Amino acid sequence: MLRNFRLSALLGAAAFAVAGTAYSQNEQFIPMNGYWVGPYAAGGSGIFGGFIDYLNMVNARDGGINGVKLTYEKCETEYNNARGVECYERTKKRGPTGASLVHPLSTGITYSLIDKGTTDHVPIVSIGYGRTDASDGRVFPWVFPLITNYWSQNTAKIKFIGMKEGGMDKLKGKKIVNIYHDSAYGKETIPVLDAQAKKYGFEVTHIPVAHPGNEQQAQWLQIRQIKPDWVILRGWGVMNPTALKAAAKIGYPRNHIVGVWWSGAEEDVIPAGDAAKGYIAAAFNVSGNNYPVIKEIEKFVYAKGKGEMEDKSRVGSIYYNRGVVFGIISTEAIRTAQEHYGKGKPMTGDEIRWGLEHLSIDDRKLKQLGATGFMQALKVSCMDHEGGGSVKFLQWDGAKWNTITDWIASDQSIVRPMIEESAAKYAKEKGITPRDCSKEG
Amino acid sequence: MQFFFEVLIGGLLAGVMYSLVALGFVLIYKASGVFNFAQGAMVFFAALTTVGFISMGAPFWLAVALALLAMAALAFFTERLVLRPLVNQPQITLFMATIGLAFFIEGIAQLTWGAQVHALDLGIADEPIEWLMGNTGMNISKFDLVASGIAAALVAVLAVFFNKTRTGRALRAVADDHQAALAVGISLHRIWVIVWMVAGFVALVTGLLWGARNGVQFALTFLALKALPVLILGGFESIAGAIVGGLIVGASEKLAEVYIGPHVGGGIESWFPYALALAFLLIRPEGLFGERRIDRV
Repeated sequence: MLRNFRLSALLGAAAFAVAGTAYSQNEQFIPMNGYWVGPYAAGGSGIFGGFIDYLNMVNARDGGINGVKLTYEKCETEYNNARGVECYERTKKRGPTGASLVHPLSTGITYSLIDKGTTDHVPIVSIGYGRTDASDGRVFPWVFPLITNYWSQNTAKIKFIGMKEGGMDKLKGKKIVNIYHDSAYGKETIPVLDAQAKKYGFEVTHIPVAHPGNEQQAQWLQIRQIKPDWVILRGWGVMNPTALKAAAKIGYPRNHIVGVWWSGAEEDVIPAGDAAKGYIAAAFNVSGNNYPVIKEIEKFVYAKGKGEMEDKSRVGSIYYNRGVVFGIISTEAIRTAQEHYGKGKPMTGDEIRWGLEHLSIDDRKLKQLGATGFMQALKVSCMDHEGGGSVKFLQWDGAKWNTITDWIASDQSIVRPMIEESAAKYAKEKGITPRDCSKEG
Repeated sequence: MQFFFEVLIGGLLAGVMYSLVALGFVLIYKASGVFNFAQGAMVFFAALTTVGFISMGAPFWLAVALALLAMAALAFFTERLVLRPLVNQPQITLFMATIGLAFFIEGIAQLTWGAQVHALDLGIADEPIEWLMGNTGMNISKFDLVASGIAAALVAVLAVFFNKTRTGRALRAVADDHQAALAVGISLHRIWVIVWMVAGFVALVTGLLWGARNGVQFALTFLALKALPVLILGGFESIAGAIVGGLIVGASEKLAEVYIGPHVGGGIESWFPYALALAFLLIRPEGLFGERRIDRV
């Protein structure tokens, strides 16, 4: 009881908690604009828990980045756009060089911050969410939808289904249902699925589920009528376990449902009980605590009686590990910037933007970070703000997620032209002249 | 035709689940004229408290009993700290107070038990009844049928309570006329505590059933949104109205989603019941079973 006592700070007027208000000149400040209460708190608390623990581990083990201590401040957004913007405004000037970068952890808040981040010179980093066409760094220099975006993920998903069917040519004539959260997030992948349906000759039916998705009987009865070979689940929050239960109710095989990574955490399957057994989800990070990077966090943070997670069993969960990925990306971008602009001093937003744009995490670096197999290698550039694009697939066995594939590369022959077309349209609407990447340093 | 009936029956059974949420609103509105905006939060609090005690090692029935005690305590403090100081204030003031109460309950629930999503197993399989499936091809869930049975039992218990017990009659007296009830010696404060306790009990039953279905998580608070069109259709003061309204909303939203949805882009079941309720308001503003109010001017 009262185990989540830190939330008390969020109940009243104090909407944010401060971890160290007096900044020294040799600190690098990172805002933690996330959500620890409200409908999506399970995701927010897990991701920001892993993120903060990773920063604290780097501070405890290495003394920060080349002697620059990492500091942070929590601000509660409740996954609400207005609050997300308020948190951004509140924290953008904190620390000796202002906010290093911002992880809005919401596609809606990301959209709201694109112009602000560009004006204020604060990089907006959206890992596994956000605006897909921002992968075109020529048009979106301050936005980094890193590792993999929704369109890339969808092409990997269709590749996975093709593998299961015995080859991409076997997709011809197959039926795929895309059941999606009826929101901008849910609709994001419809164009790329339609493009793939045309390319491979399968039939795709898009079925929306109204927010929050706690009733899906009508949709799954429609699915039973369609008799699809595969179902793609693009859910969020309560929509996910409800979908799996509804699928069980109509007898649809769960091992033919493939979810997005926001449908593929422990929190999405545990409430569904046995109905979730066999369900498959895409992932850009794996679960489990048997990775050196997690062991380091346990050694330098939890063993010393610290750590963000009240429930320590969540360390190593999908959301927690995703937060660790956020931490790795953020710190490595700062490290890259320091290597270019000078070690041992805090970096400005402009310098970190450069660091993000020149971020390269190869297999050797992953090994050094203790994250081999934990996340994919990536290389970001002026042209490509995604940097990776590959996806692993996990299957729930009733107790844990098991990794069932290696990294499956996305189909950039489909994705990249769509990104460039969409980004060009945005540039035209906004009067943006795309950067010439050949002239970028 | 079989598919139509499958959708219809499924919708009716879903409607019973909505009725459960609406019942909590009706009880409080009947006794105090207050539209309790916090009912959805109460559902969440009750379910989360139950799974919280279970996760601490309490057996299921003990956890339910402790959650019931928590709901009773909530009723007591709501009356003492929120309602009593606002006696004789306009209805809108009380309504605003329940909005504040909703946020407080949501916060205290997460403060106490954390923000994690929990599974809740009531031992009722949420799978099709094989006999029906084999003989008619219709897909009707055991869980939905049991939930309907529980809702029916709850309505019967409430009907007996309101009609056959002294306290129930006092509740009805307060509902009919506060001042007359006070004049014959009925304690308004005691009645409010009792009715909020009964609404808390209904919230607990609702939370357990919905929690077993979709997991115990914050989204339970959104159930209140499903209850609003039910109340508009059935009337704010009628238990029978909550049931009938729920059935109409459940059946119509499912049929609309399946038969109209595909022609308009789908995803219409969130707003269709509201459109239906608005249309109904034009014909019968007090709802199907609501009391027609006649004012002298």
